[in-house]
Amino acid sequence: MKTPTHQESVEHLGQCAQCPNGISNAQVELDNAGRRKFLNYLLGTGFGATLIAIFYPIIKFITPPQIIEATQNSVNAGKVSELALNSGKIFKFGNKPGILIRSASGELKAFSAVCTHLDCIVQYEPDKRQIWCACHNGQYNLSGQNVGGPPPRPLEEYVVNTRGEEIVVSKA
Amino acid sequence: MKLMNAETVRLWLDDRVGIGSIAAVASKKEIPVHRHSIWYYFGGMTLFLFSVQVGTGILLLLYYRPSAETAFESVQFIVTEVKFGWLIRSVHSWSANLMIATLFIHMFSVYFMRAYRRPREMTWLSGVMLLLLAVAFGFSGYLLPWNKLAFFATKVGTEIAGVIPLVGRPMLRFLRGGDDVTGATLTRFFGFHVAVLPAITTVIIGAHLALVQMHGMSVPPGLEGQNIKKMKFFPNFFLRDAIGWVLAIGALAALAALFPWELGEKADAFASAPAGIRPEWYFLFMFQTLKLIPPKILSFDGEVIGILAFGVGGLMLFILPFLDNPGKPRRRIFIVIGVIVVLYIIALTIIGYLG
Repeated sequence: MKTPTHQESVEHLGQCAQCPNGISNAQVELDNAGRRKFLNYLLGTGFGATLIAIFYPIIKFITPPQIIEATQNSVNAGKVSELALNSGKIFKFGNKPGILIRSASGELKAFSAVCTHLDCIVQYEPDKRQIWCACHNGQYNLSGQNVGGPPPRPLEEYVVNTRGEEIVVSKA
Repeated sequence: MKLMNAETVRLWLDDRVGIGSIAAVASKKEIPVHRHSIWYYFGGMTLFLFSVQVGTGILLLLYYRPSAETAFESVQFIVTEVKFGWLIRSVHSWSANLMIATLFIHMFSVYFMRAYRRPREMTWLSGVMLLLLAVAFGFSGYLLPWNKLAFFATKVGTEIAGVIPLVGRPMLRFLRGGDDVTGATLTRFFGFHVAVLPAITTVIIGAHLALVQMHGMSVPPGLEGQNIKKMKFFPNFFLRDAIGWVLAIGALAALAALFPWELGEKADAFASAPAGIRPEWYFLFMFQTLKLIPPKILSFDGEVIGILAFGVGGLMLFILPFLDNPGKPRRRIFIVIGVIVVLYIIALTIIGYLG
């Protein structure tokens, strides 16, 4: 048979010999349990609130602020005379690189120079007459179509206009 | 399948990294309770503020750019564009200052309670090294925003180093990365501030704490041998410590919000020094002393005498446990000197602020 604990016997008798003024021990224990619970709640809330107050600003801080760049729709990419036949060059389109190509037949083409595979910058290969990405051997033809290697999508094509000597590239 | 419970994890870790022995050490550590126990909190507080410095410092590194062309602008970007950047930067500056303050309090409490006596001489030595490192952190960090005040403070500070006979000139060139304070100085100070000093400090703090752990808390000589009440370090003293840290976080946030750290104007090597320029408060008593010393003492440069005197003072502080005759009761002179030094620092700092 199990011997009753102090608590159980007190609950059974309803009275506690050690407690003054005949207050039931169970009552004291109940009060203490309540106080403990309240204090734990207070401490826990305070601790949690402090952590939030510390980590909220930190998370906000490490998130880089958005820098709003004026979006450019067209850009002057250079002069026709500066670009030899069967060659290409990288130009700045806003804050992104573009590639301007003058084919062997003299046709001007412009694409985004950002490889659709993993963000490297492509280059024109005069020997193979194609656009090539050195990082992982991605290949695009002169229409920007991905024709070899890992790139999943064609390069974004831009519209090329000439104003006299000036080459003006604009987004479609 | 039986789910892992906390006890299984504890046992697994105990087998591999022996956390049980760490817990055993922590459970044995006790703190003496007496009328001077309050001073035991300041070491822990200094360590806490140091950890705030490490945390906020790493955050600032995410945006800071250490070059003469970009440093000022990047700090400007932090305080104006980055969310809570003003808070992180101000907390870093305020916490640095409070850390120096608690470090001074900690050091003088150890001094007056003679806690450096046998067997804690090495604890004292490592502590003085940490004081020097903290001051070096302050001096190098002050230049990093590359503003006018920082520029001139660094010019003056490194010039003072240059006055020291023999080693002065090479030291000045080493600190400045050339003959003048330029972008090269900034890059150097950045390296000291975020790599060299943290590396050395980590080792010495480790040693300092290990020694404190090894010897336990020192009891003031007057109370030694008496039956002193003790308190468990964990959780009793630790929770009291934690209250202090929460208060410190509150104080830092309030100071940062109410008195945000100024950025000032960008440094310019060809602009006059602004009026009322003075160093950080913890350098002020030395700065003021150098102002008050006459240009010539006998046939020597007053400035050189002053700087050498501070050097000798620093050395005395370092070897204090060996000057204060070990094993004998302390002579009254050490208390007198200590009180004079404290009063001198306070008085000259006040004069420095008023003058």
